[in-house]
Parts: sequence; structure tokens; C-alpha cells
Amino acid sequence: MMGQQKLRTRFKTILKHYRAKDYHAMKTDIRRFFFGMRFTDGLIFKTSIYALLISLGYIYLYPMLYMITNSFMTMSDIIDVSVRWIPSTLNWENYRIVWQAIDYPRAFREAIYLAGIPALSATVSSGLIGYGFARYNFPLKKLLLVLMIMTFIVPPQITMMPTFRMYANYGLLGSMRAFVYPAILGQGFNGAIFILIFYSFFRMIPKSLEESAQLDGAGPLKVFLKIAVPLAIPAIIIVFLFSFVWYYNETYLSGLFLRGSNMMTLPLRVEQFINNYTSLYPEGSPARELMQAAKLAGNILTILPLLILYFFTQRYFVESIDRTGITGE
Amino acid sequence: MKGILEKISAIIDRYLATPLSRLIDKATHNKMLMVSHTDITFFGKVKIRITNKRRESVIGLGFILLWIVGYLIFALYPVFYSLYLSFFKVRLDGASIQLAYVGIGNYRAAFLQDPYFVEILINYVLRLVLNVPVTIVFALIIAMLINQDVKAKGMWRTIFFLPVIISSGPVIAELMNQGATTLPSIDNYTFIDLIITNVGAFIASPIEALFAQILLVLWFAGIQILILLAGLQKIDKEIYEASMIDGASPWEAFWKITLPSIMPLISVAIIYTVVSMSVFSLNEVIIYIRNIMLGESTPALTTGYGYSATLSWIYFLAMALIIGIFVGAVTIRKKVTRT
Repeated sequence: MMGQQKLRTRFKTILKHYRAKDYHAMKTDIRRFFFGMRFTDGLIFKTSIYALLISLGYIYLYPMLYMITNSFMTMSDIIDVSVRWIPSTLNWENYRIVWQAIDYPRAFREAIYLAGIPALSATVSSGLIGYGFARYNFPLKKLLLVLMIMTFIVPPQITMMPTFRMYANYGLLGSMRAFVYPAILGQGFNGAIFILIFYSFFRMIPKSLEESAQLDGAGPLKVFLKIAVPLAIPAIIIVFLFSFVWYYNETYLSGLFLRGSNMMTLPLRVEQFINNYTSLYPEGSPARELMQAAKLAGNILTILPLLILYFFTQRYFVESIDRTGITGE
Repeated sequence: MKGILEKISAIIDRYLATPLSRLIDKATHNKMLMVSHTDITFFGKVKIRITNKRRESVIGLGFILLWIVGYLIFALYPVFYSLYLSFFKVRLDGASIQLAYVGIGNYRAAFLQDPYFVEILINYVLRLVLNVPVTIVFALIIAMLINQDVKAKGMWRTIFFLPVIISSGPVIAELMNQGATTLPSIDNYTFIDLIITNVGAFIASPIEALFAQILLVLWFAGIQILILLAGLQKIDKEIYEASMIDGASPWEAFWKITLPSIMPLISVAIIYTVVSMSVFSLNEVIIYIRNIMLGESTPALTTGYGYSATLSWIYFLAMALIIGIFVGAVTIRKKVTRT
């Protein structure tokens, strides 16, 4: 890091002048050390940047830490005020309760399935659509692009009810098709964002590559599959991951469309378990207190797959925005 | 990934290519439709020349055909149908649906008769008006901090983006229940009490709510931080150097260079914030709307589907209005600073 080096050399000049007993020069050096040539490269500025980052980072991670530590607490730990952060014993009981109650392995598989298949359909369709918008000119293209972006702003509450009727009429309620069909037609959750990601990604690929393939006799579909898709693998991963996470976490529409069926997303299943469990015990009873920890354990189990996924693929998540071309290339 | 694609195309080449091309040949060379290299003839009479431009439009439309169909079915039709229903009293008899035209009766009922809706909506709007600037300001601060010459940029980005991954409705609801979304020592700050006692409850309650849920507000800033960070990284470093030589302080550089450069992205971030907060599954307004639709909460005036359609339209208009006001305010400022 350049900044750190500069600070080090400045510190060395202070020492040098101190040894030479040149106190006047030393005073300037010290001032320069703390305030820098233009404040932003001085020590004070640097320290405050890190202090702010660390405190904001703490605020961001606080709920996570709270969840993790409290989920391990026993009943006595929760009631005991002296136990704030570190549980007295590592208590896996809470996890065991939830694990068994919701039949975690099965619920987990179902959640992956419920999020994965719509996400996959959304990725395929938005890839095709984004490519069409990025590479071809056709009448009304501008208008269609605007309409596509508009679909992001219209809240699902507006379209929810007619869609619900439609699904009810065609018997799609309580089945995964209620999510797959919109996804495959480019209208899944936040579909507009995914189309935009592909749109800007395909626009960045030099057109000459595709033109040379065309000269060699490849049709449009072949060009798409053999040239564009292999080049767009980062975009494909980004879109799939985001789509997966959003489908996994979605509870409003899935709560509506999957009502009364056995299928449920993991967050909904944990919520249902909690509601059932709480209604068994009266307010203020010890079992209710224990519940607090069990609920948090349930939440940890819900987000654990996502955390693991995020841990391995964070690069794609945090670089995603650069790829949307929002900043205007 | 590549291997799979190659296998698929190999299978297509081997088994499907010949019959398909024969079929396509039949379909394009008959009496009804005759396709040659330069033109298409329908029934041997109507002749359309194939130009490069036309061919391109057809292929392009073919690629986005999926989207057009989806748009008609899942966006355009529901939007207009729900607008239409919002003027009706809807009764469901099994599968059939009975409509009774009530004009703007539903809208009048929403504002005049419904005991809850207006209050929930106003609360929500006030909260949004407070939360959006706070979110944007925090996102900008964090983005600027990360954009400084700091170590482990990737780690900071990872931390601040984490909430986007894990924030689903039930998880956040649980955290809120257990009081983990408020700062642990925030009750000790007397200035909040000061605000609450000194201004009317009407204004104070959203402010109080803002501080109680400050972590939640920050958690909503994940994507916005990345948007603004991408914008900050695009600003040319030379502009800062030039301004420094002319004697601008970092403070001035922020107002004169940084802010104007990322103004368009701030608008994007505002739209994203409003939309994501409005469709978040814990939002009381949308829960209320869903309950009305499913007939779970039944006020005396309940008209089920029609009424819930009305409420969603009012909600959408309120949301669009807020977006308009915020984005308008941001763009007007930009024009003023430029002149």
C-alpha cells in the first residue's frame, strides 16, 4: 500500500531529525505525519477511516453475531444477565430440536429445488432475452427496453391478484410451476435486473467475433451458443447466484402461491415451525424462553446454506454491479 | 459448462439435424409459403423482399419472443386487469367471478371508510421518506470509505454486502422480535427522548422507529453501496489531482467533483431503495393488502379482490410519487449546481 509506505518514511524523517536534534524541522515533520500534505494522507485521517470502517462493520455484523451466540445458549444462559456474548456451554440442543422438527435434510433439499429450478430457468431465459436486446436491432426496441425496466418498478402487489386467479384457474397453485413459468418467460423475481446484466455483458463482447463466425456459416443460434454463451460464463454465474438467493429468501409470493401445499421454502418452514411451537406453550413459561434460542438456531439453519454459498462465491456477488453496466460504459 | 454445451450440440448435430432440416425445408418451400434467398412469397402472390435489416429484426424478435409473451401474460395483462377490477365489487362463486361496477367507490372507501389503511400507508410513507435519505447517505459514506486507500477492500465489500444474501422476511422478523436490529446502547442516548418529547407524535414516531430499526435500514444498503462504489471508481483520478493543484480542499472536491459525478447513480440507488423497501415481505402495507385479498382480515366493507386491487394501486401510486419526488429533488439540485 502506497499510503502506509508514505507514513513510514515520514515517521523515519521524524526520527532522523530527532537524532540530529533539529527540533524545528521535527515539529514540521510531526505535523506532516499526523495531518499529511493535504489531510487525506495523514495519520489522523487514516486512523479515522479504519475506525469508521470497523465500527460500521461491527454494526453490520452485530445481528449475525447475536444470532450465532444466542442460538447456542441454554435456558439459564438466556435468563442470566451476566451472560452476554459467550454461552457458558456450547449447547447443540437448540439445533437438534429444530433439525428434527422440520426434518432439515428433506426441507433443505426441497428449498434447493424450489430455488434452483426457477433460478435456472430465469438464467436461461434472461440470457436469451439479454442477447436479443444487446445484439439485434428491431422496431420498437427502445420502447420494449423501457417497458422491461418498468417491470422492475411495478410492485408484485399489483399483478399478484390476477396472477393468483390465473394460477387458480389452471391449477398451478401449490406447485413449483407457479414460479418456473414466469421465470422462463423472463418475468421472475427481479427479472429486469438479470436481463440488464446480460444485456450490458453481451454488449461488451466485440461484435467482430460473432461476425467472423457468421462468415464461416454459423446461424444466429449457433453464434449464440458457441460464441456468446462461453464468453458470458461470469454473467451466467452472477445471474444464477442472485436469482437463487432471491428465490431462496422470498416469502411473500411463495407464501401466497404455495399456500396449503406441502412444498415450502426453508424460511417459511422454519417460521411455521416456530409458530406451531410457540402456540403450544403459554406466555412466560420456561419452554417459551428456550424458544428464543431455538428460533435463532432455526434462522441460522436457514441462512447457513446461503452463508456457505456466499463464502465460496462472494467474488461474483460483489463484482456483479460493475457488470450491470449501470455506471455507463 | 463448456463440455456440457458441446455435448448437447453434438447430440443435436447427430440425431436431430437431418430430420429437422428436412422439416424446415418442407415448411419453407410449399405453395403457401415460398422462401428463397432474396424474398418470401405467400400463396404465390404476396412477395416480401428479405433485406438484411428485416432479417435482423426477425431474428432479434425471435430472441426476445419469450420476454414478449411473458410480458403480456405476467405483466401487462395483470396490471390492466387489476386496474379494471379496482373499479368493481368482486364476488367469487367457486370458479366464476361476479363483478358489480362501483366506480370510484373502492377508492373512496379506502380513504374514508377503511379504519386502518390510511394510517398504515401514511406511517409507511413517512418512514420511507426518512429511511431513504439515511440509507443513501450511509451507502455513500461506506462506499467512500471503501474507495479510500484501505487494506482488504474485498473483505469490507464482503461484510457490507452480506445482509443482501441473508435478509429474508422471517429471519429479520425474528431479529426484530428479539431486539437485535437496534443498537445495544441506543436507549441511553437522551437526544432521541428529546426529539420525541419536543415534537408531535406524528413526526416523532417515525424518527423513533428509524432509530429503533437503524440496523435494518443499514442492512438495506448492500446493493446501493456497490452501485455507488462502482460509480466512485469510475471517476478519473486526474480530476482530483487537477483540483488539488488549484488549491481545492478534499471537502470542496467532494461537493464539486464526487457528488456531481455520481448523481445519476444516486438516482438509481434511490429507485432501488424505494422498490426494495416497498416489496419487502415485512412491510405492513403489503401484508394488509394480502390479508384483504385472502379475506383474512375482514373489515365491514370488504370487497375482497376488487378492494385489494384498489389498495395496491393506491400503494403503487404512493410509491411512484415518492420515487418521483426524490429523484426530482436530486436532479434539480444537479441543474442548479451546474449553472
